[in-house]
Amino acid sequence: MDAIFAIIAALTVVSAAGAMFLRNLVHCALCLAVTFGGLALLYLKLGAQFVGFAQVLVYVGAVAILILFAILLTRSGQDDGHNLLSNKWWLGAGVAGAVFVTLAMCVQGSFVTGNRIPAAADPSVKAIGTALMSNYVLPLEVIALLLTAALIGAVIIAQKEKETGK
Amino acid sequence: MDSTTFFANLAAPGFDQLFVTLKALLVSAFPEVIQPLVSIVLSISAIIAVFGLLFAITTVVERKGLGRIQNRPGPNRVGLPWFHVGPLSHLNGFGQWLADGIKTLIKEDIVPRSADKVIHFLAPLSLVVPVLLAFSVLPFGRNMTPIELDAGLLFFFAVGAGTELSVFMAGWSSRNKYSLLGAMRALAQMLSYEIPLILSALTAVMLVGTLSLNDIVVAQEAKPGQWLANWHVFTPWGFAGFILFLIAATAESNRSPFDIPEGESEIIAGYYIEYSGFKFAIFFLGEYFGLFAMSGLAITLFLGGWTAPIAFLSFIPSWMWFFGKLFALIALFIWLRGTLPRVRMDQLMNFAWKFMLPLALINLVNVAVWHYTGGGMVSWVVCTLIIGIPYLLLGRTLFAGQKLGPRTYRYAS
Repeated sequence: MDAIFAIIAALTVVSAAGAMFLRNLVHCALCLAVTFGGLALLYLKLGAQFVGFAQVLVYVGAVAILILFAILLTRSGQDDGHNLLSNKWWLGAGVAGAVFVTLAMCVQGSFVTGNRIPAAADPSVKAIGTALMSNYVLPLEVIALLLTAALIGAVIIAQKEKETGK
Repeated sequence: MDSTTFFANLAAPGFDQLFVTLKALLVSAFPEVIQPLVSIVLSISAIIAVFGLLFAITTVVERKGLGRIQNRPGPNRVGLPWFHVGPLSHLNGFGQWLADGIKTLIKEDIVPRSADKVIHFLAPLSLVVPVLLAFSVLPFGRNMTPIELDAGLLFFFAVGAGTELSVFMAGWSSRNKYSLLGAMRALAQMLSYEIPLILSALTAVMLVGTLSLNDIVVAQEAKPGQWLANWHVFTPWGFAGFILFLIAATAESNRSPFDIPEGESEIIAGYYIEYSGFKFAIFFLGEYFGLFAMSGLAITLFLGGWTAPIAFLSFIPSWMWFFGKLFALIALFIWLRGTLPRVRMDQLMNFAWKFMLPLALINLVNVAVWHYTGGGMVSWVVCTLIIGIPYLLLGRTLFAGQKLGPRTYRYAS
């Protein structure tokens, strides 16, 4: 574990903890944006330029902004004094634990811990583009269709309703 | 004549009573009946004319005088100390930037009491750092790209995404409704125009087949035997893409006519209302850096980067071409700001989603057609039609839907 990885990991973990424990919702959202950035740095550290930059572009540039908009449009970011932990915190902890165990079992069973390390895939943008347009073209089109449907749905929801006059 | 007789003449009844005599003469030219009326009108018009003119002159004298008294020579005259020699003694005002810089550095930094101190402090920094990072992938000249990345263009847009967050941080942390309004306007505008910006940039990527900015420039260089360079702007899709990119870049960098996030006549200054001193200067700096970076990207993608337009001109150093083009684009942006009025919020959004986005999408198809038809005479005609007809149809339809007419006021008559 080298120093750069330690710094990035610490930044990511601390900001993720901040996103959970800070009382002001806007602070939480900004911490989450830092977490997204930290993850992007981890991808870059692994040599995956495309994934790293796409992570920043999508998560910091769009998802974080979306979360902030949602917070500002629904309620004020002020602390309303109630307990930070919900009464049913044990339920959430149970789900999180189950997810962790599942993931840990997957990782333990995979090639990462064994000796069968496959040849590193070419992480260049060109290789990713070729793969997306040949092997994975069907999933890509399905996602495109889904996003288009979501976009049209958003427009329909945002439209003024003409029939129901005031 | 000596001075005594001169003053004696001045004091003579004829000269002293000049205006009285003049009025008597004028009045006597009218019939007896209306003479009192004429006398009144003459006196009144003299009062209005004299004091009106006096007011006009005072406004100028006062401003000039105050400038002298308060030691503010003005941006056309400020010189540098120790440079007051020769015909260029004032440097024609080019000492102003130094005065401005020192002023903002030593000014008091005021933070509102209810502001969120940490975020208020971090916002200007998180604007200027990503913008500076964006410069690191621009090819400034042959072999002069600071960091050559395989995905340079993606890096540029990725770091640019960080600026939106900083605008929000500034507007929200100031705890001022005008700055929050300004931040919301800025976010809506930046998110909307980012889509046509990226789509129009993608045209060059599609044709060259790489995200590396340096390779995009090299592809636009004149091949051996060609006299004209292959700048993308010289093609129908490239020209359309360049114009779309330029409009979107103007909106992204919040410059006039898309400067409604600042809108000083409606929301005072938008998201940086509560910033003063050096923090304000950093915002100012960040906006201009953003403009330079966007111009640099436009040059790289469409104007051939550091290449010469005509092959025999390539003896001029490549970095000179880049910075020459950069200065030209900056001058264009200043020109736009001086010429165009600010648009309204709904006009801005309509323009982005109903006009820019469809045209940018059609332009993507256009590049594919250009690529597969080979770039000859036929593809020139076809590609011009592919982008030209939608432009005309869309423009006409949207303009007709505007219902332009005399302005009506809802809350004032």
